[in-house]
Parts: sequence; structure tokens; C-alpha cells
Amino acid sequence: MLNRISNSVQRIASAQSGSVRTYLGYTSGVEKRKVTCIPGDGIGPEITSSVMGVFQAAKVPIEWEIFDISGGKSISQELIASISRNKVALKGPLYTEVLKGDQSRNMEIRKALDLYAHVIPCKQFKGITTRHQNVPVDLVVIRENTQGEYSGLEQTLVPGVVQSLKIITKEASTRIARYAFEYAKNNGRKKVTAIHKANIQKMTDGLFLETCKQVALEYPEIAFDHMIIDNCCMQLVMKPEQFDVMVTPNLYGNLVTNVGAALIGGPGLAPGANIGERAAIFEMGAHHVAADIAGMDKVNPTGLLLASSMMLKHLNLDEYADKVEKAVKTVISSGKYLTSDMGGNASTKEFTRAIIEEIEKNQQ
Amino acid sequence: MFSFNSLNRFAKVANRYYSSQNNITVTLIPGDGIGPEIADSVKKIFSAAKAPISWETVNVDAKTGVSTEIIDSIRKNKVGLKGPLGTPIGTGHQSLNLALRKAFNLYANVRPCLSIPGFKTRYDDVNTVVIRENTEGEYSGIENMPVKGVAQSIKIITKEASARVANYAFQYAMANGRKKVTCVHKANIMKQSDGLFVTTCREVSTRYPSIKYEEMVVDNNCMQLVLNPGKLDVMVLPNLYGDIVSDLCAGLIGGLGLTPSGNIGENGTAIFEAVHGTAPDIAGQGKANPTALLLSGIMMLRHLGLNSHADKIEKAVLTTISEGKSITKDLGGNSGTAEYTDAVIAKLQ
Repeated sequence: MLNRISNSVQRIASAQSGSVRTYLGYTSGVEKRKVTCIPGDGIGPEITSSVMGVFQAAKVPIEWEIFDISGGKSISQELIASISRNKVALKGPLYTEVLKGDQSRNMEIRKALDLYAHVIPCKQFKGITTRHQNVPVDLVVIRENTQGEYSGLEQTLVPGVVQSLKIITKEASTRIARYAFEYAKNNGRKKVTAIHKANIQKMTDGLFLETCKQVALEYPEIAFDHMIIDNCCMQLVMKPEQFDVMVTPNLYGNLVTNVGAALIGGPGLAPGANIGERAAIFEMGAHHVAADIAGMDKVNPTGLLLASSMMLKHLNLDEYADKVEKAVKTVISSGKYLTSDMGGNASTKEFTRAIIEEIEKNQQ
Repeated sequence: MFSFNSLNRFAKVANRYYSSQNNITVTLIPGDGIGPEIADSVKKIFSAAKAPISWETVNVDAKTGVSTEIIDSIRKNKVGLKGPLGTPIGTGHQSLNLALRKAFNLYANVRPCLSIPGFKTRYDDVNTVVIRENTEGEYSGIENMPVKGVAQSIKIITKEASARVANYAFQYAMANGRKKVTCVHKANIMKQSDGLFVTTCREVSTRYPSIKYEEMVVDNNCMQLVLNPGKLDVMVLPNLYGDIVSDLCAGLIGGLGLTPSGNIGENGTAIFEAVHGTAPDIAGQGKANPTALLLSGIMMLRHLGLNSHADKIEKAVLTTISEGKSITKDLGGNSGTAEYTDAVIAKLQ
């Protein structure tokens, strides 16, 4: 298992790890890769279309298999089969109804493919003004993605009394902790912090914390500490620079990710990856459907563009990955074509167009 | 003034209860570490402001952490002010908090956070109040390990407790001139448990047409608080989310040294407290910042209907901090507790 985790970590490692890797039979040649694409709900179609345009300009050797499941359509056998076959997907947000309706389709896909690790890097951008720009923010949240508070086990015991089960297992905790340490090791990170509430939930979060402590012993070169979730959120807004890699159970990871994304400027900016041993899905780090601006050509596609760059590294297409990431960052730091959430007044299309022009300029 | 209010509905009860007396007796639990120093500062400032309060000081039993004397005193006085308590390994003082919560059914934890004008942090637009359900939810304490390596924890949400805390949130909003209550939840994932919390808040909201009501998923709530805290006013949350969001809000305005807290029980019982630690490293050295306990004391005064005293002390505290001449080290100054206390007292004149 360790080997497989190590490989999957390396494949999404940052650009500086330049080792030659093979993935799923692909070499670093120009053979076309098939990738499943789920544009999703809300702003999903706009941000995926931005990625497709950028990929086209960068001549990325990708062939898309597109599945439209917007508006609450269910997840088909074909979709799961496509991801299982391609092993890689790019995905926009899927809306989950509050109170009623089916289980979250985001969760359903993760569970079907056992995508146990949600990886969300939150790193500041040059060119975006935030309240926290006077300190360096460069943290990575590694969130357990399959159990915890999202077990889906709920029932009404008597009218007016409902229980919900949180499940923590040693196996899943070991797997995510190991993933976090491998990630740290492969990405030149110095520290892993486990986030928990083991002072109250002594058995469940206690098991998570104890497991992290045990796994930490296998990585003496990586520092390890732990923090209670409420204090963690306070520390994140006061001294975000103290955090490096963070490993969390499911719900806390969801909250920490949203705080992290807000620290760097908002929901549009952080990329995310859902990693399993058999497949990986790349999406926004904080996936909100943003229904209020959907279809208005206003959304910031940066998070998905950077996720697509992570995806290209995962596919051994580092050269293309770097091209995309560099162009996105150049356009943001030059400050001319920023969407409104970044402090500018460009549309999604104008921002995307600027990235494409930057890529084309570099290709000449 | 604007922020550290409590619930006037109970204040009226308290007024009637104490109307025949000149002074209102409240229980004071100085607590551990820096507790006695900051409690002393509060007493001096309240006395200088001529707040009609008589303190009944009771100490925590260092061994057991629980004291029937404390329970009896609060049962009699109905109102308490509490400094920080150490949490030794094992039961220790934590059991006092638990004992108090059980004895007085302290169902709502109230945590106002206000950007103090003139005190520079990254945020100058925070004026929020977290109202946290404090008796059930994720902190039910029901956990087990059915097989080795598989642990479960049971979160309980009841209609009764949800309605009680929702009602309190709306009454608080009404009594304190607040405009909006936001119900914070994760009912897209926990559709039944958080769903019950949301539907109950929604039902309760219809009884308060003058207060705007909205709902927000907890992850988005965390993001919005970091991006645009000015959008949020009163928030009502289940136990765990309330715990997390109240600390996040405290972080926005400069930490736990500036945030008061109140625990509201049934029948008008209320215990106000500083939620920061005991700071054993500086205990007894005259360096501690008493602001959180002071602001908690101000919430207490409003709870007792002593609004003019509360306003006067609050103004003095906020002015002292914003002037920045006599503030403690944790706030970026170099004054001690006594100097800060004297500066606040000077502003009362």
C-alpha cells in the first residue's frame, strides 16, 4: 500500500520533483490521454470551458469524455466506468440539496472510486490583495474523504430526536496519515499537523489522532504536531504562516479548506484533487456552485485551472502543466485581466483569453 | 452601546427579583492562574463605576474541581462571573464546567465578537454574535468501539433543544437591536440531524418577522467570515460548529483575550466567563490582560438590566484599548494589569 500511495503522491507533486515517471502505461510522449470531464452545476460549465480553451491553446494531448449530470441527474454506470477506465477526471461542482434529495453526488463519486484523500493546496498569489498578505500563506490540507461525519448513517429515533453516526476507522486514518506524510516528504514539506477534537470525541477523534502519532514515527524527518479544530480555525486567521501540511478527518477538512481558500482570496482560487489508488479526480479546492453568478461570465476559473495543472502532472505531462500554471500566474500578477473577486473587472472569458494569449506568446 | 449585550428578557426577571435590594449579589469564581488578578481588576473597575454589585467570591476546590459551595452560591444568586479554570489531566476542573452546565441547564453559549475601534487587526468590520447550542449535538459524549479499529460517535439533535436555542437567538437579536439571524448547518450532507436543526430554526423564525432570517452551510460560513465578516450578524449553530465558529470569530478580532462569553440557562440563570486560558507562565506577575473578563462582566451587567453602568464601563474599556497608551503586552503595549485598570478607571470620570 505504501508504494502505491507513494506513487500517487509523486504524480501530483509540484513541478520541482522532476523524476521520470510512468503512469497507467502512458510515457511522457505525446500519446493522447483520455480524461473524463464532468462540467457540473452552477459555474461548473464556465470554469471547465475555460480549462478546455486553455488546454487547446497549449496543445495538451488530452481527449475529453464529457458527462453532463447537471441539474440533479444521477451518476450513471457509464460515468463511473469512464473514470475507472481513464483513471483521471476533471470535475466542476455538483449541487447537493439541503434537507431533502439524495446523498451528495460529490460524495457518491468519491465513495464509488474510493478516492480517500482530498488534497487542497492554499498558496498566496502575487497580484491578489488579501487581508493576510503580510505573512506567507502556503498550506496544504489533506482531508480524509470517505468516512467521519459524512457516513450518511442517520435516523430518527423518536419524532424530534435524530442521531447521526460519525465513523472513524484505524484503517482509513492510517491510510490518510500515511498519504499526508508521503506528500510532505515528496514535496519538500517540513511539518504535518493533525487536526482533531479528541478532547471531546475521545474515541473517534482519539483514534484518528493516535493513528497519526503512530504513522508520524515512521517519518522522523518530518516534524509532527497536532491541534484542536476550534483553536486551529482561530490560528489560521491569526497566524496562517505557522501551517504547512494539515491532515484532518472529513468535516474538519471541509471547514479548514474553506478558511484556507478564503485566506488566499476566496472560493475561486484554490485547486483540489481527490486521490485514490485506482483513480483521481481534479476539481476546485472549495467547490461551491455559486448559483448567484452562474452563467454570468463572472466566475474566476483559477482554482480549476490550477487543478488541471495538477492533473497534467499526475498524467506525466509536466511540461504542459508548467505551461498552464505559469500562464495563469503571470496573468494574475500582471493584474490587467482579473475577475471581480480578484479585484479586477474582467469577465471569465477575458481572463481566460489573457491566459491563452500568454501561452501562445510563450509558444512562439 | 453595540455589542456585548445579553438578554433583557431575563434582565427584567432579575430586576424584579432584586428590586428590594440596593446591591445585586453575584457569584464570583476567580479561577486559576491569572484568574485572581483579572478578577481583582474587574472588582476595582466595577466599584469605581459604582455598579451596584456585591461579589460573593467562591474558590474552586483544587483537588476535585467541583464545589457544592459554587453550585449553591449560583443557585441562590442566579448569576455568576467566572475566570479561567485549569484543566488538569483526568476529570479535574473540567468537571466543574460540566457540573455547572448540568446543574443549571446552560443551553446557550453566547460569544459576541467586535472589532475594537482603533485596535488594529486585519479586520475592522467584525460585529458578530455566535449563539451555540450547548447541550447535545456532536458533544453528546456517546461513543464506542463496536470492533477493534472502528469507532463511532453519535451526534444527537432534538427538536426541543433546537427550538430552545433558536428562540434564544431571536430574542437576543430583538433585545439587542440586531437585524439578522443566520442558521449555520451542514444539512446538505447531514440531511436528517442538521436538517432537524434547520427546519426548527426556520419554524421559530416565523415568530420573529422583524428579524431577518437566513441559512448558510457551515463551510461557506467559515469562508464568508474570513472574506466578509461584516455580512454576518447573529449566528445560531449546533454545538460543534458553534465551538469552531466562535473561535474563528475571536481570531478575526485579535484572539480570546478580547472576547467575552455568556452561558444562558433556564429560569434566568446565567454564568459569564472569560474563555481564554489560565496563562500560568505570567500568573502572579501583574501582566495579565483582564479585558475578556471585563467584557464578560459587562454582558452580565446588561443581563441584570444595569445598562447604564454597562455602557459607561464598556466605553472606558474600548477607549483605553483604542488609545493604546496603557494596554497590556498581549495587545502590543507594555503596561501591567494595574496600569490598565487605572487607565480604565480614569476614563470612567
